[in-house]
Amino acid sequence: MRADLDIIRNWIAPGSRVLDLGCGDGSLLRYLQDNLQTVGTGLEIDETRINACLAKGISVIQQDLNQGLQNFESQSFDTVLLTQTLQAVHFPELLVEEMLRIGKNCIVTFPNFGNWRARMHLAIKGRMPVSEYIPYEWYNTPNIHFCTVRDFDVFCHDKNIDVITRTVVDYKHRDSWFIRAAPNLLSEIAIYHFSRAPAP
Amino acid sequence: MPDVLPENSVGIVTPELYRFEEPLTLRSGKVLKAYDLIVETYGTLNADQSNAILICHALSGDHHAAGYHSMDDKKPGWWDVCIGPGKPIDTNHFFVVSLNNLGGCAGSTGPASINPDTGTWYGPDFPVVTVRDWVNSQARLADRLGIQQWAAVVGGSLGGMQVMRWSISYPERVRHAIMLAVAPKLSAQNIAFNEVARQSITADPDFHAGRYREHEVLPKKGLMLARMVGHITYLSDSAMREKFGKVSDELKQVSLNLGRDLRAGKLSFGFDVDFQVESYLHYQGERFSETFDANTYLLMTKALDYFDPTVDYDGDLGKAFANSDCRFLLMSFSTDWRFPPERTREIVTALLAAGKQVSYLEIEADQGHDAFLLPVPRYMEALTTYLTVVKDEVSA
Repeated sequence: MRADLDIIRNWIAPGSRVLDLGCGDGSLLRYLQDNLQTVGTGLEIDETRINACLAKGISVIQQDLNQGLQNFESQSFDTVLLTQTLQAVHFPELLVEEMLRIGKNCIVTFPNFGNWRARMHLAIKGRMPVSEYIPYEWYNTPNIHFCTVRDFDVFCHDKNIDVITRTVVDYKHRDSWFIRAAPNLLSEIAIYHFSRAPAP
Repeated sequence: MPDVLPENSVGIVTPELYRFEEPLTLRSGKVLKAYDLIVETYGTLNADQSNAILICHALSGDHHAAGYHSMDDKKPGWWDVCIGPGKPIDTNHFFVVSLNNLGGCAGSTGPASINPDTGTWYGPDFPVVTVRDWVNSQARLADRLGIQQWAAVVGGSLGGMQVMRWSISYPERVRHAIMLAVAPKLSAQNIAFNEVARQSITADPDFHAGRYREHEVLPKKGLMLARMVGHITYLSDSAMREKFGKVSDELKQVSLNLGRDLRAGKLSFGFDVDFQVESYLHYQGERFSETFDANTYLLMTKALDYFDPTVDYDGDLGKAFANSDCRFLLMSFSTDWRFPPERTREIVTALLAAGKQVSYLEIEADQGHDAFLLPVPRYMEALTTYLTVVKDEVSA
């Protein structure tokens, strides 16, 4: 069981409509469906993962997030999810805007590049960070838009996004007072629950 | 043809004729007083009648979807790759129903049947039938078979349109709607091709305004032309290059092969058949014209042209699906230029707008529109996976 599910489930209303962008093998949607009776739809491009979704009875649409989400109506879902995918899309800014358009609220998780290990990697070794959690070299990584917790906070502020909850954890999704004390330095994964802030 | 029946074949099948005496009011307002439907079934209906799958055929299809009528058959039914024990539509678990639609020419009442009012063939007097009429007649067949709700209704192309109509007209009678290589309605280009086909038939001097049987002739030339133009639209450019360009050199195959193989090895400098593709189309067209009815072809193309599930819903497809209560699976094929993926995505978008549960896959396939009839591995895998879940639902 993915530990992030335990955190995310608290933010999702029972019976609500959930759209999972980059839904992988559908286990998150399956989990939410089984535990919260949500009505879910996943978007995925990988054939094997799509088949895994079908095998779980999850509704899945083959669609590339980089091609936009014009086929979804505004405010047609309660929650739009984007887990561990933000850093791999071509236009994170546009995608988050689209999520806010489609969903009443949104959940995004991403690896925190401000983590001390990443900083050390660059500062001491002088090389791009590679970890157990993000095992790619610079030349083969699908992750093209890394950001830090502080970056995302600034982004939310600039884009008039209302952060409902921010949770910071290590790469095993463990929460601790220690990490919360210095999130940008100590957390490995950031989990944001946000919605469009009312117009000022 | 098979010396031994393949293990995953439904085997030798015998069609059954069902007589319906209750008049059917058609979309046009005309009434069909009584009619026959010819039907094949494969597999066994379970005790609570929950494992039935309806197969809807496309333009030139019929009730013979799987298996063989005799050991002398050259080919099995038109969708034998999908239907049988251990195949995607697994007859070990499902009871599969396949019929020839009204207006067809394979045994159900159609233009080639005898009109009881006149004692002669219906011919051009057979009323224009629509997808909605077919689905209404299929619902009566379901009643007759004791099937209250289909585990799934499945079809490709014009068959997919029937599936769509089922989900709109009979929401409580469909658990899963599976549509393949389908569009919400025809485009002007689609209609244009159909009109060329119809003109080819009606311009044949042997057509006799549809009363060719009275004249003891068949408009074979016209029907052959109609089939030729249709056939071109079912194939993709790449499929034709591959089929008619058997170049041995690997490099040439990739870059230069246009499918221009000659039939006799040299040009004739005349107007006879020079290229393989010409002879193939002639052969396919001729064979078709010997077995298919020209009036049926006209009717089927009209049913395609007329199909528009939004007519009762202000042109809004999402509204049309408002009452649908099933889950949907749609698949399109990358080189299909008759109903290309973007046309199928229009349906997906409408279903999402209506808040329905829909899965959609775009299958990479070279074979064009025809791909839905062929054993494309990823397509077969997805269909198998999806229907395995359906099986578990209904056998609980």
